[in-house]
Amino acid sequence: MRPAWRFRRARLFEGLAAAAAAALVVALMVVLVDVLRGAGALSWRFFVEAPGATATEGGIFPAIFGTVALTLVMTVLVMPLGVGAAVYLHEYASPAARLPGLVRAAVHHLARLPSLVYGLFGLGFFVHTVGRAVDGVTGQALRWGQPGLLWAACTLAVLTLPTVIVATEEALRSVPHEVRLASLALGATRAQMLGQVVLPAAAPGILTAAVLAISRGAGEVAPVLLTGVASWLPDLPDGLSSQFMHLGFHAHVLATQSPDVDAARAPLAGTAAALLTLTFLLNLVAAALRARLASSAGAR
Amino acid sequence: MTPMRELLEPATSRSATPPALAAQRRAARVDLAVEIAVTAAGVAGVVLLGLVIVFVVRGALPLALDPQQRAQVSLDALLLPQPGRAGAALLWSPTARVPRVSLWPLLAGTLKVAGVALAVAAPLGVAAALFTSEFAPGRVRTWVKPAIELLAGIPSVLLGSFALLTLATALQSAFGFDFRLNALVAGLALALAVVPLIFTLTDDALRAVPPAYREAALALGATRWETAFHVVLPAAAPGVLGALVLGVGRAVGETMIVLMASGNAAMVSANLAEPTRTVAATIAAELGDVVMGSTHASLLFLLGAALFGFTLTLNVTAGAWVRRRLARQAGGTP
Repeated sequence: MRPAWRFRRARLFEGLAAAAAAALVVALMVVLVDVLRGAGALSWRFFVEAPGATATEGGIFPAIFGTVALTLVMTVLVMPLGVGAAVYLHEYASPAARLPGLVRAAVHHLARLPSLVYGLFGLGFFVHTVGRAVDGVTGQALRWGQPGLLWAACTLAVLTLPTVIVATEEALRSVPHEVRLASLALGATRAQMLGQVVLPAAAPGILTAAVLAISRGAGEVAPVLLTGVASWLPDLPDGLSSQFMHLGFHAHVLATQSPDVDAARAPLAGTAAALLTLTFLLNLVAAALRARLASSAGAR
Repeated sequence: MTPMRELLEPATSRSATPPALAAQRRAARVDLAVEIAVTAAGVAGVVLLGLVIVFVVRGALPLALDPQQRAQVSLDALLLPQPGRAGAALLWSPTARVPRVSLWPLLAGTLKVAGVALAVAAPLGVAAALFTSEFAPGRVRTWVKPAIELLAGIPSVLLGSFALLTLATALQSAFGFDFRLNALVAGLALALAVVPLIFTLTDDALRAVPPAYREAALALGATRWETAFHVVLPAAAPGVLGALVLGVGRAVGETMIVLMASGNAAMVSANLAEPTRTVAATIAAELGDVVMGSTHASLLFLLGAALFGFTLTLNVTAGAWVRRRLARQAGGTP
């Protein structure tokens, strides 16, 4: 093969690879600009008012409230479980035992399930099994046995569990082993070592785990579609058993069900902006936290 | 690391315990409680996966067990062409007066949309990863990699509305499609959701290849491209395959983008410019309106179980392949 040709080919393919990367960055920009187009026409009242008679009138406050409430309850549910499981895997499990391998395999497969499957699970398990049972025990007609905020949050908690476990384990790994040995040598029990030394040192990483879970959970529509979301509900949810509006689902409704597409542009852009604040911006925060964590680990 | 309680046990038999010893016993009890609690949290992960399997499959079981549902839906109805007004046909219309429940239109639709998405996302993702990992100067890399990964932070419902409102119109005016929403529009939008996954994991796999491989290839006179394509990429093959498998799983299971951009017409056709309907979109579109316990609901859970079974099988198979390949690499034969 003639050398000149080889170098030309190398340059061509390097250029193609660069073009692929550039195309993806451009695609990101195009999507972002497009979904936010028209948001400038909105006043701040759009974000604090209830929706009007149709989806394109009025504001989206109930959807913002619903999404924030949903992700808050989800976070409260998933963090203790996820951090606990990560602590078990990283701090307690002996590598020779069978159980930790099983837990890791389960987490691996949970992380790869389509999010819609979680919706089916939430409907079948939380709503129709646990919810019905609660109603049966408390003697209520139909309160918990129907889709609602708590069941949607439980479903999202199962969905985000692998994210939290993996990110927390990463945080625990960044705490040097000597710190643990030193604390045990000073007479601390394992629980004291964890609570007073290891977990505080891993706190920024655990915060990152929470941020990642929120940014993932807030953007998922398919699982909550089946477990509690309502398309039009101007009143705020009055408890954990009520249905709720959701930014992602509201965007879906605006995009698919408005008769006048141009009238839906501005509210859709506003909804997208609110949703991206919860997902995209939090993703950026997580990336920044991680970068700081990595640089402080490098400085040690 | 011997737990404290084992050291304490023999000393604590007397009834009058000094305060310091009481505190130690309390600490030992707390220690045990924490260990039990975190072990339970770990076990919960396994239990939850089990519950997901049980409850998705359970939703579909009446199709096999309930005599009434068995009378309504046979295996033939799911898999073989059924006589209709215009001859034998494969149709999905479970709410029609004479319900038709052939699985083929949905499987064909899923295959079409996921195929388009992967045909676009796999080469783009791998090429972009080659760029950031092998060719890009450090400063470019630190900007481009996070930027591409941010695509993953855009909720799929917004990718769906982008596809529905903008991409569909643009493609129709460019190519003159008869249908605004079709498999190609849905597949391209889906590619945007799949590509960051493939990109990130491929980039990780490429960067995990030891620098000595590159140095050896370059020292032998290979160009940067030859090094990347013939040395680094094959060495990273298990990781790249893992990335592609994850991409397949996401493409098949993604719901909102396809629900919004595919046109949702269930038909068996190879034409990418026709509307189509996937398994996931069918579940999302129809499950909201069905009565739980009805034949229709059981059918949708059957689709969910199929989706689940496919993803699980794919991951288990790919995992086994990767492990074999890694073992072979570690054994010294590349």
